[in-house]
Amino acid sequence: MPNMSPQKIKMPERAANVRNKDFSEVAVGYTESMAREEAARCLNCKHRPCVGGCPVNVKIPEFIAAIAAGEFENAYRVLRRTNTLPAVCGRVCPQETQCEKHCVRAVKGESVAIGRLERFAADWHMEHAEDAAEPPASNGIKIAVVGSGPAGLTCAGDLAALGYDVTIFEAFHAAGGVLTYGIPQFRLPKEIVRKEIDGLQRLGVTIETNMVIGKIASVDELLTEEGFAAVFIGTGAGLPVFMKIPGENLNGVYASNEFLTRINLMKAYKFPEYATPVKVGKRVAVVGGGNVAMDAARSAKRLGADEVYIIYRRSEAEMPARAEEVHHAREEGVIFKLLTNPTRIIGTDGNVSGIELVQMTLGAPDASGRRRPQPQAGSERILDADTVIIAIGQTPNPLIKSTTPDLDTYAWGGIGADAAGQTSKRGVFAGGDAVTGAATVILAMGAGKSAAAAIHRYVAAR
Amino acid sequence: MFRIITKRALNPQVTLMEVYAPRIAKKALPGQFIMLRVNERGERIPLTIADYDAARGAVTIIYQIVGKTTMLLDGLREGDAILDFAGPFGNASHLGGIQKAAVIGGGLGTAIAYPQAKALHAAGAAVDCIVGFRNKDLIILAEEVKAISDKALIMTDDGSNGNKGFVTDALQRLIAEGNRYDVVIAIGPLVMMRAVAELTRVHGVKTIVSMNPVMIDGTGMCGGCRVTVGGETKFACIDGPDFDGHLVDFDEAITRGKMYRDDEQLAAARHKCEMEGKTNA
Repeated sequence: MPNMSPQKIKMPERAANVRNKDFSEVAVGYTESMAREEAARCLNCKHRPCVGGCPVNVKIPEFIAAIAAGEFENAYRVLRRTNTLPAVCGRVCPQETQCEKHCVRAVKGESVAIGRLERFAADWHMEHAEDAAEPPASNGIKIAVVGSGPAGLTCAGDLAALGYDVTIFEAFHAAGGVLTYGIPQFRLPKEIVRKEIDGLQRLGVTIETNMVIGKIASVDELLTEEGFAAVFIGTGAGLPVFMKIPGENLNGVYASNEFLTRINLMKAYKFPEYATPVKVGKRVAVVGGGNVAMDAARSAKRLGADEVYIIYRRSEAEMPARAEEVHHAREEGVIFKLLTNPTRIIGTDGNVSGIELVQMTLGAPDASGRRRPQPQAGSERILDADTVIIAIGQTPNPLIKSTTPDLDTYAWGGIGADAAGQTSKRGVFAGGDAVTGAATVILAMGAGKSAAAAIHRYVAAR
Repeated sequence: MFRIITKRALNPQVTLMEVYAPRIAKKALPGQFIMLRVNERGERIPLTIADYDAARGAVTIIYQIVGKTTMLLDGLREGDAILDFAGPFGNASHLGGIQKAAVIGGGLGTAIAYPQAKALHAAGAAVDCIVGFRNKDLIILAEEVKAISDKALIMTDDGSNGNKGFVTDALQRLIAEGNRYDVVIAIGPLVMMRAVAELTRVHGVKTIVSMNPVMIDGTGMCGGCRVTVGGETKFACIDGPDFDGHLVDFDEAITRGKMYRDDEQLAAARHKCEMEGKTNA
């Protein structure tokens, strides 16, 4: 008998006023009995609308049925067949706009908690099971993957499973891309990322860190001297965008990338035990309304800021951040100043002392379908602040583009590639944020997956 | 891991290291830099590539012992290894088409200016080198500089080497003597580069400076290395590190350079305590 409760089993979470003082994970995860109870809400529909909503086509009803039956390792195996990083996806995917959006149970009540169940199965596996999987027999064909973020890891995992000798080149000293430098510990523990990557290495994937492709070797050199049959570019969107307003170069103004990289990759939250510092004042203004802005604001709160503001030029309805992240940020004491936009940053002796904000009103919808914000002349007010974090987006890094002359790119920096990941250059495939601009982990994984299939076809046809 | 091939002190504060990094050595060009991290808890810091030898797989770095990271680095010996060493980052210096150049190095900047002077000299340009130090005990690379210079002026702030004055005094003199330079390349402390740029502006001599701001990744990702050049924000790592000295906002760069001074002092003091604790124990 299915569990006909209209609500998801609640995710156990640490109390807001406790968790906003440390970097330990916010959501604790389902227990076995919670997971089985929630799994019993799945109706196992024949037409499986949820699967179509998943960019990597996880066999959702199958893995949930295994959880309901108490076969947790089996559930993990079903997940892992199509998803390289289930413990990551279970934590950071926007399920509400993907699989869960299509869930039949959502017609009357809440959808099945697919994401929470995915996390449960992946965590259960990490805790209880050994990866006994032997790497598949090598076919001797070398494939290079540039970038070890979600797109690159997924592409590498799928190709390794097909027997390719895959080498991932990572510019930083640690693999994971945005999973490592961008998403904070309290939302995605780095130990989890590390374990997922360890699993790939056991599959036979080689990861070379400190390798900045474009500088230490060009894409052409990978294809010729280095003997790779194909190259996948998954270099993400790492170049920070600034607002181009006065005062942005004052001390105390960070791009969200720098702020989060210091904290997540360099562990500045443990300064001086770790040598990299980060400056967080008493009053922090974070500009932007996406998940990155929420991550920056919640990190600032944890680093001891008294007041943390989100400055967003539209209203909450248009915010690109996940509702869950907005909710968590609010619970933790982040203050939202909606319909406001910075006009300049004010400083004293070279340090930030405030940010001037103008009130906005919403006009007619723009190209993105969201209502266009308009400044209200004369409504400027100064908000005292000693740290300002700009989290309004990132564009793709120009290093590959500038060193690969025959690779078509768009004016905004993105690499041109078709749905399968094929670029304008023979043997070169691309996917993830490097192609689409900043998007989500799961879309990048979907692109990595498509590209792996395309590379397999390309090599076979050669 | 990246093994230290050779290590030698150039003066009590400045050390030269050759590091085994064959892939970087093969690609490096004058003006580029590497990022290194000494150990698992260490900071990533940029250091200019002072020399490279593709045949031996060696990349030379020269550093001044100023903070925790350089103290840790200096604690390593030949045969030890640096955990992370990545590059070559930044754009190579444009040294083509120059007939006559003045190359100026201030303190540690001499180590970065020298390979550029050497490359210019090798390309057939006339090179006058002016290098400045606080006192004679801090002079580095004097013989190397003399070997590739038409004129080599080694200055000390206190005159202890018998040649008192700032690098700008020497440059002023050379210009007054009628030397006409296609370009002045100035590498050293920000205040020195600013002073050189102010002097050459008056004389209308093109001046290139090398910026070395705080940065984390070196790939354009953090945006921490912002420098205002001609009113526009540039990233030193991917747009530089060389810029037109007449267009750089040095005052802003000097202020930005102080952002972490307290933290740097805390980390360095703590490191010293730990080291002394170990020695005593």
